[in-house]
Amino acid sequence: MTRLIVGPFNRVEGDLEVQLDIADGHVASARVVAPMYRGFEQMLVGRDPMDALVIVPRICGICSVSQSVAAARALASLAGVQPPANGRRATHLMLATENLADHLSHFYLFFMPDFTRPCYAGRPWHAEAVRRFDPREGAHSRAATAARQRWFTLLGTLGGRWPHTHTVQPGGSARAIEPAERLRLLGKIAEFRAFAEETIFGAPLDEVLALPDEAALQAWCDHQDRGDLRFFLHIADDLQLERLGPGPGLLMSYGAYPNGDGTHAFSQGLWRQATAAVEPLDPRGIVEDLTHTRLAGPALHPAEGQTHPDPDKPGAYTWNKAPRLRGEVVETGAVARQTIDGQPLVRAAVARSGTHVRTRVLARLIEIARIVTLMPQWLAALEADAPYHAEGALQDGAGMGLNEAARGALGHWIDVRQGRIANWQIVAPTSWNFSPRDAVGTPGALEAALVGAPVGDGEQAPVAVQHIVRSFDPCMVCTVH
Amino acid sequence: MTMLNVLWLQSGGCGGCSMSLLCADTPDFQRQLQACGVHLLWHPSLSIETGHELTALLQRLLDGDERLDVLCIEGAVLRGPHGTGRFHVLAGTDQPMMAWIERLAAVAGHVVAVGSCAAWGGISATGANPTEACGLQHDDERVGGLLGAAWRGRAGLPVVNVAGCPTHPGWVLDTLAALSHGLMTERDLDALQRPRFYADKLVHHGCTRNEFYEFKASAEAPSDLGCMMEHMGCKGTQAHADCNTRLWNGEGSCTRGGYACVSCTEPGFQDPGHAFDRTPKLAGIPIGLPTDMPKAWFVALASLSKSATPKRVKDNATADHIVVAPAIRKTRLK
Repeated sequence: MTRLIVGPFNRVEGDLEVQLDIADGHVASARVVAPMYRGFEQMLVGRDPMDALVIVPRICGICSVSQSVAAARALASLAGVQPPANGRRATHLMLATENLADHLSHFYLFFMPDFTRPCYAGRPWHAEAVRRFDPREGAHSRAATAARQRWFTLLGTLGGRWPHTHTVQPGGSARAIEPAERLRLLGKIAEFRAFAEETIFGAPLDEVLALPDEAALQAWCDHQDRGDLRFFLHIADDLQLERLGPGPGLLMSYGAYPNGDGTHAFSQGLWRQATAAVEPLDPRGIVEDLTHTRLAGPALHPAEGQTHPDPDKPGAYTWNKAPRLRGEVVETGAVARQTIDGQPLVRAAVARSGTHVRTRVLARLIEIARIVTLMPQWLAALEADAPYHAEGALQDGAGMGLNEAARGALGHWIDVRQGRIANWQIVAPTSWNFSPRDAVGTPGALEAALVGAPVGDGEQAPVAVQHIVRSFDPCMVCTVH
Repeated sequence: MTMLNVLWLQSGGCGGCSMSLLCADTPDFQRQLQACGVHLLWHPSLSIETGHELTALLQRLLDGDERLDVLCIEGAVLRGPHGTGRFHVLAGTDQPMMAWIERLAAVAGHVVAVGSCAAWGGISATGANPTEACGLQHDDERVGGLLGAAWRGRAGLPVVNVAGCPTHPGWVLDTLAALSHGLMTERDLDALQRPRFYADKLVHHGCTRNEFYEFKASAEAPSDLGCMMEHMGCKGTQAHADCNTRLWNGEGSCTRGGYACVSCTEPGFQDPGHAFDRTPKLAGIPIGLPTDMPKAWFVALASLSKSATPKRVKDNATADHIVVAPAIRKTRLK
């Protein structure tokens, strides 16, 4: 048995270390270390509750809007206010802009460059991977960065800027959209759609979204080698990425883009692999375990949660808490959202082989296609002369705000007393996916997913480990809020 | 222009300044970086090298085997707990990031603090500041920070504070381009070491709400079109930045996005002593008056302009879209 410490892990958001025990050329066990503590839950205590709308987005530079939306929903639950339809849709548009951009950044800037590594120089697709995805010179990564820049001009109009907009409010959006602006936004979405159809999919989005199952996907891939999704699937077949990074078999989504009637554009729930069925989700079953976290205190539901640093705590190895749902390890992210929502292709792929490097990446790209088709519908539904914001009066009490960030389930639990924040607890998507072991020693989702990953002779940062880690698209800065 | 070897590291922050940088208004970001004279040795989001490949690079820079022209630090220095810096241990090294920054700064030609966290502590230092966060050469407005008041880069400049939360991509690229062209001197920095090309402007300049400001026709709630200075906490008339003349993400800015400027380029902005979204007042008069404006003049002008506010401006100020259009007039001489 040898020990390998991999870090600093880049092309993830924030700092990350992975400790591996290796035996017989495979990972025998893994520990995931979040090596930074930021203290937002302590910093928020005592503040005016509305100050959270300035502080909370700054937890994360890549999922800033997602944090704002969760905070605004938590505050709205204390203000007895619901955003009017326009405000709800304008918020969806901001969140969708960010979520799509995150998927795009992940695929082109964070994930695909690993296939350009010299260790793959012998593979028939390597030269093409370098041509498309080299971080400096890659034709497609450069085109995607330009498309991303253009795409974020949507948020310049909708939210003033990205990241760290304050447009998102408990009562809706602080920025009404003028009719002519709506037309410009539709035009920009059409521009991105053209990029997606040409570069990502090499096919019309309708064709991609109509693929009913894996047989159809296989036929689609055989048909022609166009677009980066098909190129990725070709690499995935060659490297058998389906065997890398199996998930825990329980997927969770809080539901994305609420329709205002209790339903969501991407539905809420749990997916249990063993039964291949969707179950209802009850967030009251969430507990954050601190056994291996450098924080003092008992395991509690986040509404009661505490954050007290204990840097030298015996047995602790990370700053991340270990959230569990009724004691179970959960995976969250686009693959969870699309499986739970029943997107035919992702549901079929996950039902057959579960979550792993291949299905996680496939689900993100499919979600890009879905978001691009949803956004014009929300824009079209904006009503002229109807409000974007409704005033509410903030009351003391306990509130909850659930949201889906690009990386998955994000929850804020807040307690306001005498007009001040008494407690503000955040459980981020990567808190779930990259959690440490819990009191009974059960490893977190990534820790378990790494077991069995192959490690070649002399590999100091095993490339299989890198694929698995990045397939989750971790956001460490959110995790160590 | 010389090509600069640039190393970019992140510590106590959100990574948002890097994410913002990628929104630079260019059809080819990588070419634009090169055009600004940047040869990236390593960046957390943009480099292929990971783990041991980075730590080997850091060692080469410390040993002088490779030249470090510009060290860009994004995020605050986390000095806690108890001054040990162990709230951020750089992964794979068992060394506090604080120590890495100190050692690398000693061999760097220039050090650039990217964002308000790296410049002053910023949001990372808010409230009780549990992580003992500070900036590279400032702790809020107090000079010192991690490196100390006397610190100078090998090229002679103090830390260049590209403050902002986040930074505008143009501020970062213009700074790097100025360094590569040898066009950044101490005279090009303001008293807080911010590049004057953006810090000598006010957010108020170019604000689309200026007509409402002139007549003190004020917004009262989020989404109202009026001026946000009187009630909504806006500090645009005092905040140093060019946000309304160098727009964000196409056509955006905070005020154009419907919310108050919180003066995020200013040291200590994170703890204003009042709620961010409300203007503190004394006897009905905002405490924070426009920069360089005598109070008596402001009071006199404000009361005069309020009494002269056109109905159009007054009605539109508290609406979320234009409810009264300007009258149509012939502007030519009769």
